[in-house]
Amino acid sequence: MNFKNVLKKLKETVKEVTPKQAYELQQKGYILLDIREPHEVSQGTPTGATRINRSHLEARVLQTFPDLEQPIMTMCASGERSLFVAQSLMQLGYRHVSSVSGGFVQWKNESLPFEMPEALTQNDRERYARQITMPEIKEKGQLKLSNAKVLCIGAGGLGSPIAMYLAAGGIGTIGIIDDDIVDRSNLQRQIIHTDERIGMTKTDSAEFTLKALNPTVNVKKYNSRLTSDNIEEVFSGYDVIVDGSDNFATRYLVNDACVKLKLPNVHGSVFRFEGQVTVFWPAYSKHRGPCYRCLYLEPPPPELAPSCADAGVLGILPGTIGLLEATETIKIILDLGDLLVGRLLHYDALKQRFVELKCQRNPDCLYCGDNREFPGYVDYQKFCRSSS
Amino acid sequence: MSKVTIRIPTPLRTMVNNADEIILEGNTVREVLEQLTSQFDALNASLFNEEQELRHFVNLFLAETNIKDLQGLDTKVNDGDVISIIPAVAGG
Repeated sequence: MNFKNVLKKLKETVKEVTPKQAYELQQKGYILLDIREPHEVSQGTPTGATRINRSHLEARVLQTFPDLEQPIMTMCASGERSLFVAQSLMQLGYRHVSSVSGGFVQWKNESLPFEMPEALTQNDRERYARQITMPEIKEKGQLKLSNAKVLCIGAGGLGSPIAMYLAAGGIGTIGIIDDDIVDRSNLQRQIIHTDERIGMTKTDSAEFTLKALNPTVNVKKYNSRLTSDNIEEVFSGYDVIVDGSDNFATRYLVNDACVKLKLPNVHGSVFRFEGQVTVFWPAYSKHRGPCYRCLYLEPPPPELAPSCADAGVLGILPGTIGLLEATETIKIILDLGDLLVGRLLHYDALKQRFVELKCQRNPDCLYCGDNREFPGYVDYQKFCRSSS
Repeated sequence: MSKVTIRIPTPLRTMVNNADEIILEGNTVREVLEQLTSQFDALNASLFNEEQELRHFVNLFLAETNIKDLQGLDTKVNDGDVISIIPAVAGG
């Protein structure tokens, strides 16, 4: 028996509907089942169709539609594969099965509605396989990550592991703001940079590393310093701000803008052998936590707050703290687990000890307090010179 | 008088002969800290302003709770309590 005869015989047992009929029945609750392969579906698929490709069909269709009375219309590209699938469904026990004649080609010819589904590429499925496997993430979560936009403040000790792991994990857009250039003394901890890139801007160097790690990541570079004048423009469009800056003036500025724009501010800071991690996000819907100013009303005066350049820092320390910041960032995007909102994680590398401290909001906080209007940005350099 | 452990953060350790923990006695957080600053004079300016109020960039935690959310410096302490001094740090 040749293929033509097989098809002819199938058509005697499987009912066919035209695309137009299928569209009308779909509105009445019939399931339109697109059984084509992912690379075909990615080019367009009927709006509202269920997509299960043929190789996974039997197991998944029973899981998805346990009611054998549910009417199902199968669709492929031209209306041939769908006949075979319809027959399989009938063998599984489905009682109202039909096949869409002419398939998706005819569906499009008749100008019936279709959409380009959001789906991971095969490349992405391989790259993120260990993440997609987890029920907490799955393909849906991975798509969320690829649609997410995260801004890293600084491409230094904290920013290096933050940006690298976010890129590796599939964050779609990573912004990096830093006005510095790579210096040899950075390389003991700023592992996103390399010896041969000494003298290059940190944003360019970071982009090289991130693109080498994951070419699909969109890296947005801001080779400038964050100021009250540019901060809202820079922050625009981002979902999460990750603070890896190295000075108090920037940290207060980042805090104030995040409070105003209701953005989560993933905070990490390091000094010598110890670090702090938390999430400042007064607008978080599940738990009303503090902002940076609730915890530290003012910065220390410069004489009491030597920088890492003066005081030193264990190279691994920003790695440890940066990884925790990256973890919180992924959790925020996926709405997963318990965030460090209202909790400060303090790490002492010498004692090898983490301590979790409770941080409550200050209801009278000038920036995030109850019924407060945003008081405006201040002169942050001056603010950090004149604290008491 | 209760015996209390004070954990000293890295930025302040040079002021206390590089000790990371110091055991002191007192009935309140204030009394314990007074003991500390009387032994290590240099610490006073790092922890307190001229009015002897806790400086705004330092938080004290009794176990895991900020003393701001208890009775401040007048919070009572018990034997075996741990006070952590957590100053703001900015390094990145």
